[in-house]
Amino acid sequence: MKFLRTFLRNRGAAVGLVILLLVGGLAALAPVLFPFSPWDMQGAPFAPPGEEGFLLGSDSLGRDVAAGIAYGASVSLLVGGVSTLAALFIGVVLGAVAGYAGGAIDDAIMRFTEFFQTIPSFLLAVVLVAIFTPNIGSIVTAIAIVSWPPVARVVRAEFLSLRHREFVQAAEVQGRSQWHIVFREILPNALSPIIVLASLTVASAVLLEASLSFLGLGDPNLMSWGFMIGAGRSVIRLAWWMSVFPGVALFLTVLALNLVGEGLSDAMNPRLARKR
Amino acid sequence: MLRFLALRVVKMVVVVFAIVVVNFLLIHAAPGDPASVIAGESGAADPKFVAQLRHEFGLDRPLHEQLWIYVRNVASGDLGFSHRQQRPVLDLIMERLPATLLLTGTAFAFAIIAGISLGAAAARRVGRVADSVITVIALTFYATPIFWVGLMLVLVFSVWLEWLPSFGMNTVGADLHGFAAAVDGARYLVLPALTLGLFYMGVYARLVRASMLEVADQDFVKTARAKGASEGRILRRHILRNALLPVVTFAGIQAGQLIGGSILVETVFAWPGIGRLAFDALLARDYALLLGVFLCTSVLVVLFNLATDLLYLIIDPRVALS
Repeated sequence: MKFLRTFLRNRGAAVGLVILLLVGGLAALAPVLFPFSPWDMQGAPFAPPGEEGFLLGSDSLGRDVAAGIAYGASVSLLVGGVSTLAALFIGVVLGAVAGYAGGAIDDAIMRFTEFFQTIPSFLLAVVLVAIFTPNIGSIVTAIAIVSWPPVARVVRAEFLSLRHREFVQAAEVQGRSQWHIVFREILPNALSPIIVLASLTVASAVLLEASLSFLGLGDPNLMSWGFMIGAGRSVIRLAWWMSVFPGVALFLTVLALNLVGEGLSDAMNPRLARKR
Repeated sequence: MLRFLALRVVKMVVVVFAIVVVNFLLIHAAPGDPASVIAGESGAADPKFVAQLRHEFGLDRPLHEQLWIYVRNVASGDLGFSHRQQRPVLDLIMERLPATLLLTGTAFAFAIIAGISLGAAAARRVGRVADSVITVIALTFYATPIFWVGLMLVLVFSVWLEWLPSFGMNTVGADLHGFAAAVDGARYLVLPALTLGLFYMGVYARLVRASMLEVADQDFVKTARAKGASEGRILRRHILRNALLPVVTFAGIQAGQLIGGSILVETVFAWPGIGRLAFDALLARDYALLLGVFLCTSVLVVLFNLATDLLYLIIDPRVALS
């Protein structure tokens, strides 16, 4: 409770949380608000916002832009969330092993991590999705593959600093298994930077998903904001609303995730926060 | 110092080799090997013909032998053949590379200059209105999808205001020379470079601000102040100089990512660089070309990182000792 109060005292973080809840609510209520498929024609094409019963206008095939945004919200949040979980899994396991084992294993894992940080990440994601055909599985996998290295680095740094603390030594003396020491003793104490990083990773994952589907590498069965912006690109002179509104939704979501991440970081490290 | 350099170069070679191997594996994972692509395009799906082609390309050999052939080819500058465009991949990339370097170079220079200025201005007025405004601007561009910024700039500056062109690299058929051609090119460069640069401006502004606030608390700044140095001098000579170290590290990494990010900007503005080439390859399912762009971009990133290391050696000689 105290944590929540510290967190909400940060105005930016509070705003971010509210936006996120709204986007989440929109995603959850999409089938109620728009009880039809976002791919179906609902009226005349190129209807400006507010006309013909379209709150945010219609696209070149008469599809409802507002409905697309509502259904796209769940895709963005889902892809962002799931790929972040996958990236966290890879990053935490590799980072924990590297930081705990040290020596040659640490060296090998860090070289591997650096290698992935060297390759241009967006292009790697594009290549992976293109080769393994665009669908929700390949998109989530590709985003996870390019997103884990920062997690591994942070987790490793935490493990390096916690590894020789007294509570770890106490657990070793008690004869606890390495498994227990890594996951039950050290990991819980390394959670706060991981949580902060996770919220920022969701933000970049949402951006990546949108960028991929903007290039035509989205799941062809799922409405997404990036796809909508990409479809509006060629007709921007005729219908600005087709690319403006999905972009605003995308911007607000990514901004909110960044604000929440910063708020979490400040609330978890109050000493650092005061300096800002 | 020499040892440091040698280590970096060895590391670079290893990384490039690893990139080539990854690229080879991706080519293998891509649907349709060159043999079936050619067979499909010539309309002859005769299994005998395909088998013969596979033999010619060495596709019937064990994987490690194919890898060896591929490494040798890449080392001699052969990145494969684009059967869609009927040209060697390397030729296509080299033809487009200057446009991309122009775009990313301009965007990078803009991002560095604007980012450092904004970050320094914010750090100097920390906690005041100007700081909040700059922080909000930086966060806004940091959180905005780059392709959407591009579209919005097109909407405002080309569609509504009709100030700047939104498409291509120069006026087609205008046949301009000298200064007029340069002005024409610059007009086409403004929007794409701004699009790419604004995002990184946000990144650098945030970084410079945080870094300057951290340095400002250190003892040597207090010493300078006790000495009676003016605030302006302390800011420029003592704080900013030291605060720029993490920026250089970060900029080195980002310089490479900038090229990766240019695929989105070049797609929006039909800028004829390697990003647009990758997008066209994507549409045409031309995997040889796509992976060629991927390989070249990765190698460029490695070169940028090496350049950053060298730069670091000059501005902070301590790194060579550790």
